Amino acid sequence: MLKDYIIKRLLNGVLLVFTVSILVFSMLHLMPGDPIDLMVDRKVPVERREALKAEFGLDRPLPEQYITWIRKIVTKLDFGISLRNRQPVWELMKMRIPISLKLCGWTLLIEMLIAIPLGLLCAYKKDTFVDRFTVNTTLLLTAIPGFWISVLLILIFGVKLRWFPLSGYETAKHFVLPIASGVIGSVAGTIRLTKTEVLDVFNEKYVLTAYAKGLPKRSVLIKHVLRNALILITVLVFMSIPWLISGAVITERIFAIPGMGSLMINSIILQDYAVVQACVLVISILTVICNIISDIIIGLLDPRIRVSITGGDR
Amino acid sequence: MNNSPAREFFQSCWKNVNFMIGFIIILSVIIIAIFAEQIAPFPFDEAHKDAILQAPNRTYWFGTDDFGRDMFSRIISGTRITLQVAFVGALIQLTLGITVGLISGYFGGVIDRILMFIVDVTWCIPGTILALAVVTILGKGLTNSIIAISLVNWASYARTVRAKTMSLKNMAFIETGIAFGERPASIMFRYILPNVIPSIIVLVSMNLPGTIMSTTTLSFLGLGSQPPSSDWGLAISQGMKYISRAQWMSIFPGLALIYTVFGFNLLGEGLRDLLDPRIKSQ
Repeated sequence: MLKDYIIKRLLNGVLLVFTVSILVFSMLHLMPGDPIDLMVDRKVPVERREALKAEFGLDRPLPEQYITWIRKIVTKLDFGISLRNRQPVWELMKMRIPISLKLCGWTLLIEMLIAIPLGLLCAYKKDTFVDRFTVNTTLLLTAIPGFWISVLLILIFGVKLRWFPLSGYETAKHFVLPIASGVIGSVAGTIRLTKTEVLDVFNEKYVLTAYAKGLPKRSVLIKHVLRNALILITVLVFMSIPWLISGAVITERIFAIPGMGSLMINSIILQDYAVVQACVLVISILTVICNIISDIIIGLLDPRIRVSITGGDR
Repeated sequence: MNNSPAREFFQSCWKNVNFMIGFIIILSVIIIAIFAEQIAPFPFDEAHKDAILQAPNRTYWFGTDDFGRDMFSRIISGTRITLQVAFVGALIQLTLGITVGLISGYFGGVIDRILMFIVDVTWCIPGTILALAVVTILGKGLTNSIIAISLVNWASYARTVRAKTMSLKNMAFIETGIAFGERPASIMFRYILPNVIPSIIVLVSMNLPGTIMSTTTLSFLGLGSQPPSSDWGLAISQGMKYISRAQWMSIFPGLALIYTVFGFNLLGEGLRDLLDPRIKSQ
């Protein structure tokens, strides 16, 4: 049963990655005009253009172009050449991925350390002052756009108090404000999600049974509620990674951190399409992998979900 | 007449604090947008060369920007852009989501699988990244960024409408319709759709804040509205350049944005309590 489930998730993931890669590939061809116009100057004479088209393989049928493109990526990590920097795209990305991962990793860790205890507390102390206060604060936080939180943090801690530098990435101090804005931007959603999921666990029959057979409160909380809530927590960690990456794209741009996000936005503005394609592909594949991992983890930890997916009509 | 359903509904609206506050906020935004030219003391793009980067004062309530344009007038004029984004965005998302959801839920089978796979694909790419990719293809600009955001957000409508359609499809009144020889299109739009509308209204009000914020974010990144537009996102990014000298340039547009988004959030929460019977019964 478990094997079926994992195979099913993996196949679905492969299909998703394949579709995304086709979409990313067609980005150049979906744009109005000839792809060669996007690569070379309009003044280049027609004969030279045709020669270049042949050189880039743009005169071949589309399926053949796709296969050459994807084969290069899979075998040699060759995403093509950046039109602006005249450098292989992978060389540009290689240096930036660790910076983005560092930013995302710390944001995720701190966010979870704040959100999960608060979510548990709100569920346990439902309808008390603590719960109401937290819920109302999160409601207000969801109305504030992420980029404006960054602006506000820069203004207060960078310009007024001069505690932290405004931009850059050299020292740990540079990362404080970006991480803080990332955490503030996403913590509200995680608190609310943790709370609703934990409340669901509280309503389960086995919790009632545990109380009914006279177990002390402490033991019910730790052995039954927390243990089942852990499933949710692992899933939350993986599911929030795509959100983090999206948030990081904007944070990196604001704080001038040279990660994947600022690379992507700069490339869009400069119309450097090969780089944009590579960024979209890498981030999407990362997202699919995270989703599959979280699905498999739930499957391992919670047999009910496993059955509902392999046994159901989906 | 005293206890008619409509009257009862309005009474419960009146009692719902979230709904009323949200409603008043959004109403005020709409009124400001309609009478923008009458409220604003200056035209939004009028440059005052003698009043560059002035702090808030009696003439310029929210200060002036680097061209000496009145920030207050620019924010007032920006409400129009924001409401336009909300309206057009919701329209595109609804058209796509309702059509796909109805077809997918009603016909089921292979069509359903294909359409739901498309939904899965849009969900497996993080929203911001997908929107950025679409903007790359279509090019910069406000209209293009609304389209991009809508192509990201339509999927939740499709999911909800599909689920509702599937649960309604086997009800007696639908079977009666089919027995009377109604065409599938008629069944979908005249029999099923009216029953889905309450959940759609709730979903629209829950989705609008996201649509507004994402579109503003694209403008902030320089991919949406272009100068000299009075878009709030663009205004904040212009204010970032003068963050140490003229904080008012980035603070006031942000507050206006939060006011509007918070209004839509409250309205959405309120509408959900009022219209979703599942939650009402709890």
